[in-house]
Amino acid sequence: MEILDSLYQEVEEIVEKYEQEKTPLLAILEEVQEKFRYLPRNVLGYIAKRLDIPSSTVYGVATFYSFLETKPVGEYVIRVCKSTPCHVRGGLNVLEVLKRELNLREGETTKDGKFTLEVTSCLGVCGVAPAMMINEVTYGNLTEERVREILALYRR
Amino acid sequence: MFYRTHVLVEMTSASLAFGSAQLKEALEREIERVGLQNEIKVLETGSFGAALPSPFAVVYPDNVVYAPLAIRDVRRVVEEHLLKGRVVQDLVFRGETERAVSEFFFPFPLAKEKRVVLRNSGFIDPLNIEDYIARDGYMALATALTEMKPEEVIDRVKRSGLLGRGGAGFPTGLKWEFTAQAKDEEKYIVCNADEGEPGTFKDRLILEGDPHSILEAMAIAGYAVGAHEGYVYVRAEYPQSIRHLEVAIQQAEEYGFLGDNILGTGFAFRVKVRKGAGAYVCGEETALLESIEGKRGDPRVKPPYPPQRGLWGKPTVINNVETLANIPPILLHGPDWFRSIGTPTCPGTKVFTLTGNVNNLGLIEVPMGITLRELVFEIGGGVRGGHALKLVQTGGPSGGTMTPDLLDVPMTFDVLTKYNSSLGSGALTVIDDTHCVVDVVKSFGEFFLHESCGKCTPCRIGNKRIVEILEAITEGKGKSEHLDELAFLGKHMKMTAFCGLGQAAPNPLLRCLAFFREEFEAHVKEKMCLAGVCSLKSPKKVRA
Repeated sequence: MEILDSLYQEVEEIVEKYEQEKTPLLAILEEVQEKFRYLPRNVLGYIAKRLDIPSSTVYGVATFYSFLETKPVGEYVIRVCKSTPCHVRGGLNVLEVLKRELNLREGETTKDGKFTLEVTSCLGVCGVAPAMMINEVTYGNLTEERVREILALYRR
Repeated sequence: MFYRTHVLVEMTSASLAFGSAQLKEALEREIERVGLQNEIKVLETGSFGAALPSPFAVVYPDNVVYAPLAIRDVRRVVEEHLLKGRVVQDLVFRGETERAVSEFFFPFPLAKEKRVVLRNSGFIDPLNIEDYIARDGYMALATALTEMKPEEVIDRVKRSGLLGRGGAGFPTGLKWEFTAQAKDEEKYIVCNADEGEPGTFKDRLILEGDPHSILEAMAIAGYAVGAHEGYVYVRAEYPQSIRHLEVAIQQAEEYGFLGDNILGTGFAFRVKVRKGAGAYVCGEETALLESIEGKRGDPRVKPPYPPQRGLWGKPTVINNVETLANIPPILLHGPDWFRSIGTPTCPGTKVFTLTGNVNNLGLIEVPMGITLRELVFEIGGGVRGGHALKLVQTGGPSGGTMTPDLLDVPMTFDVLTKYNSSLGSGALTVIDDTHCVVDVVKSFGEFFLHESCGKCTPCRIGNKRIVEILEAITEGKGKSEHLDELAFLGKHMKMTAFCGLGQAAPNPLLRCLAFFREEFEAHVKEKMCLAGVCSLKSPKKVRA
């Protein structure tokens, strides 16, 4: 119960920070996610109640955007670009290497909670395609070898 | 302070990923160690355009490129080159794009290039407002506020003939005029920086390399239409752009270029940054407004258009990043100067991003009306590995498909429309003949399937069905009626989808279906992939 209370207290602080804004919902969800890495269902309910809007609206927004997660994700979310500029420079291969290295399928998280593998649309770094993003850091000019090197950095 | 030498380190999302921040620190540390800190300055810059091995450093005015420059080699570069004046030959960049690189940089900018939008990118430290001011920054805003009436500002933008650079090519001056005419105390300026079109990264490089130019333009727009608040909506994939904007806003407020009493004229204008959350459809202007309002990014019914009812129902100007970056120079140098660049119907420059199977990847700003041949074969250095060109997708998946027979068509909004193509955002994705057209079109289809917001049936189900059929065809399960069904779906999506996303989604499919009919038919009738990409029999495999 205590853990739950402190959780709501942290959410409450974020809600208070933005509630003066005209339409604070998305900003609140983004910051809550930064803190907890995903948006637990009870927290969505709490935000709906606090902002006095339908919980369906909150859930609708939370599930609309690909950067918002309604299920727990790993410490590091790997987003592999599968748009055409990466596709024609071997993006599919990068995805295959990651799947093999992490033993995951798209959308899954490793058992130790370290990595989540997702595919995404264009990351806007096509000059260094193929590319991927790990949390907020972008990696380009990927080869099988470089993907392994990068993973090793995060595995430490 | 005067510095005899500048060391430029590119700080974009891409180069940061290769440790450019650490490189800058190491350079500064070593320069200080040898006591040259008063003679040599390390500058953080926006993109250089060419995609070089990162992290890299350019010594200016010596015009020496060290790429990639490893931290362990920094001491040698500083001691040998900067202290003793001897270029470290073994570290100088001599990659296969060497010729192109020298053209990209020296003379800087390159001969065909004309830099208006990217006038400061790569030259200034984007995190230092004084660098911007030193290059006439905020002069246009000052001129507008002190010497011009709002109508005069709008008139100048109208006469320049500037067309919106986000993709649709709507006249910017008209948009401003409609918003100015709307009677309301509360109005907004929104900068669309939700650059999600695959193959496009120009807005990111403008924001990373020259964020003040956007703030200045937004304040000018605010003055012209009577708005006092602006929002920049930046996609979540661009943390570096968001950081640079936030620093720039803070500096502009400190210097009195944004705030309640700008330059003592009594004009008030403030800018806020809103972060997207990964939804391509939010680049559609009304979906973007919904998202700023904290909702799902579902597009709205048009009309009413944003100049009548936009953000929170108030009159709103929505301009793309590149469009806004044109505004200060237009005000400073006048509409005639702007019209002297580009073509009569489509004045000014365009930033293109070269992606895919081309030798030189990167971005380039050139006058409107340049041909695809010049872009791909001269500036881009041709197709990689000596392969033949199959197609160039212009403006990303929602743009147009240009086949080799259209290489000499001038690239402008109006001309490309005649060829059922589109300039769009300026993305150029070059695809060579080692690729299978069915597979490429499937990749476009998967993009739209993933990004459809689901609001209207033609887009939600149409894209799903297109991908299903293309999957069947690439797996050898294609039937002859499939090709007609694809054409039917595409045609009807164009006619009935709710917003631009769904209407544009079938564009590459329809064009490729017509132009590369043979390849589609080989897949369906002979279960053969001519390029040998799909897991079907192929002429290549037969020969082997």
